[in-house]
Amino acid sequence: MTTPGMVLHFSVEGGDFAAAGEAASKIKKALRKIGIDAGVIRRVAIAAYEAEMNIVLHARRGRMTLEVAEDKLRVIAEDEGPGIADVDQAMQEGFSTASDLAREMGFGAGMGLPNMKKCSDTITIETVKDRGTKVIMDFNHR
Amino acid sequence: MNLREIQQLLAAEILWGEEILDGVEPRYACGSDLMSDVLAFTKERTLLLTGLTNAQVIRTAEMIDLSGIIFVRGKRPPQEVVTMAKERNLPLLMTELPLYETCGILYSAGLEGCSGLPSRRR
Repeated sequence: MTTPGMVLHFSVEGGDFAAAGEAASKIKKALRKIGIDAGVIRRVAIAAYEAEMNIVLHARRGRMTLEVAEDKLRVIAEDEGPGIADVDQAMQEGFSTASDLAREMGFGAGMGLPNMKKCSDTITIETVKDRGTKVIMDFNHR
Repeated sequence: MNLREIQQLLAAEILWGEEILDGVEPRYACGSDLMSDVLAFTKERTLLLTGLTNAQVIRTAEMIDLSGIIFVRGKRPPQEVVTMAKERNLPLLMTELPLYETCGILYSAGLEGCSGLPSRRR
């Protein structure tokens, strides 16, 4: 990835369902403003929204970052939270550790990470138990 | 088929978007209460039928540019959810019918699902 030309950060609070989705919404608007292809924006928006929901549902707090480079977009979702015990298991469709509250919100069906993987060109997950998780997703846009 | 015709087929209440119903023409519809599935399996210009009435439904619609939302089983969203929809120019309808029957009526009338299988008109 070439040096990013634009970097935006958004803080995300764990458990704040009223604000959940605001960071993804701002990311989407920023990409639209700079004229990124609509299909790419859709993929980024879905992946960013799922990542943001994961922070709200599982972590204490976190941060979303959008980096825009000439050839690629990068979304980083990092949190202070429980970490992911088994990443391979978490990547399987239908596997979930989410609460009943998450399910009431329409999430927690075990589709979050699979959706993020499907929408991004590459995904890297760094996680430490009881410390937190960092998800890095790249999207080609040229 | 535009949203006005859909609203009339379902005898649905218009929660927001009276003035824009004629101009909104969904190509597909999806019935689900799981927002991750909606994010994963819908296409552009999809109409969502759901029994979920919280803010995440509006956020989901915003992320993937849904054409509108029909709340089924007489589920009425809270005022702040209607306000969120209004801010995003997203029409909201509500029908007393359950999800299965709402889907059946629209599918029979020719509104396709997101799987790519063509709908069979009556």
